[in-house]
Amino acid sequence: MKKLMIIPLITIALSACAQQTESSVKAEDPQNISYTTELVVPDMSIPWGMDFLPDGSMLITEKSGELVHFKNGIKTNISGVPEVYNRGQGGLLDIKLHPDYENNGWIYMTYASSEGEGTGGNTALMRTKLSGNSLTNQEVLYKAAPNTTKGQHFGSRIAFDNDGYLYFSAGERGEHFVNPQDLTRDNGKIYRLYDDGRIPEDNPFVNEPNAKKAIYSYGHRNPQGLIKNPETGAIWEHEHGPQGGDEINIIQKGKNYGWPVISYGIDYDNSIITELTSKEGMEQPLFYWVPSIAPSGLAMVTSNKYPDWKGNLLVGSLKFAYLERLVLENNKVVKRIKLFEGLGRVRNVVQAPDGYIYVGVEGKGIYKIIPN
Amino acid sequence: MKICFTLGLGFLSSFLISVYGQNKELIESIKKGKDIYQDFCITCHMGNGEGLTGSFPPLAKSDYLINNRAKSIKAIKYGLQGEIIVNGKTYNSIMANLGLADDEIADIMNYITNSWGNKNDDIVTEKEVSEIKK
Repeated sequence: MKKLMIIPLITIALSACAQQTESSVKAEDPQNISYTTELVVPDMSIPWGMDFLPDGSMLITEKSGELVHFKNGIKTNISGVPEVYNRGQGGLLDIKLHPDYENNGWIYMTYASSEGEGTGGNTALMRTKLSGNSLTNQEVLYKAAPNTTKGQHFGSRIAFDNDGYLYFSAGERGEHFVNPQDLTRDNGKIYRLYDDGRIPEDNPFVNEPNAKKAIYSYGHRNPQGLIKNPETGAIWEHEHGPQGGDEINIIQKGKNYGWPVISYGIDYDNSIITELTSKEGMEQPLFYWVPSIAPSGLAMVTSNKYPDWKGNLLVGSLKFAYLERLVLENNKVVKRIKLFEGLGRVRNVVQAPDGYIYVGVEGKGIYKIIPN
Repeated sequence: MKICFTLGLGFLSSFLISVYGQNKELIESIKKGKDIYQDFCITCHMGNGEGLTGSFPPLAKSDYLINNRAKSIKAIKYGLQGEIIVNGKTYNSIMANLGLADDEIADIMNYITNSWGNKNDDIVTEKEVSEIKK
């Protein structure tokens, strides 16, 4: 009899655990929006990353492995792009100009690469220069290992801070119990390097035996948003959770962001990955999304073109096909607004040097947000 | 009479062998397909093939999948973009080219056409996938 009672109790206990705590702030429809979108670069497939050259023209990566230079209304394919491992979520990913591009000409790209031992691929970081319509001086600065044929979680975004360090992300490659918490392994990490690929002497794990010395923070799942907060200079990140549990984090040296030991999400088949949402020694997110929006691309608005949005975060939603605007007060999200619902799978959002915000949408192209 | 009997037995056994053989092959393929599905498809089409209304079409009891075998293979092989109607609802989004091999696509097809209430005994083979052109 006692045994029989236990089964329903276990069932109740399990279903209680499966109840996720929804985000503290819900996404709202916009009241009156004084901006509209204009498609400025049409006919793109998956415009993963973009950055702007000093002449205002655009470099746009296509996941399939093309680098497009868009200038005066004309698209030119750039040659010399590294061979990419275009499988699942892998392909040509982010692109970022060096903060001192005008003087040194360096361009940085992350991509899924089959280089190295083993079949499959993993995330790589390259720097290169643009000469005419070709890339030259290609240098692979980092290649995560080992390769795997799994389709998930390559990351990746690139950011520079005010002190000249470069940060980039690599997701955990579908091995959440293996990679994110192990400092001797790549994946599920944010890395910090000098701009030439050398490992900074004061990186947090340089003295840890067998650790990957480029690791700056760990316990990440799949970060596809990484920027320097233009107001504070800190590195801000967002990452995909499983079902629920997408996060915004401020990246700090040597910190553990918890995946998969703590998470606000559950697995896709509703099974529990972890019952813990917090643990000592692990960072709490600045904000978490339940349900997931599937965030890709992150920008903070500082430009005078959008006075209503100043200081807000913009995040692309792959899942709900809109751009989310998050209002912050003292590093807390206090309001979420759905912008341009139905725009399409938003892959990327960037505030350009001209002050305008550009949005990369899958199957469409690059949109510019303009005041009405 | 004896010949008839022998012939009949011969046909029967070869029929049984081929059905059993295909069944075994199908079961193997479904098993492999499940793993690949969890790797490549589940983030959008979800754990029970239910998709997400408005964004990602369902695979479970999907009329599109059941009635459009070749188009479904083509979508997995080359990606899919534009308007499609699934179970009376319109979807207009994009699915990326996933970079899968033909045998993997066959496995996924066999898994998704035999899961969540879907049933398909007619196995999708690597050869069939290889013959689907862009």
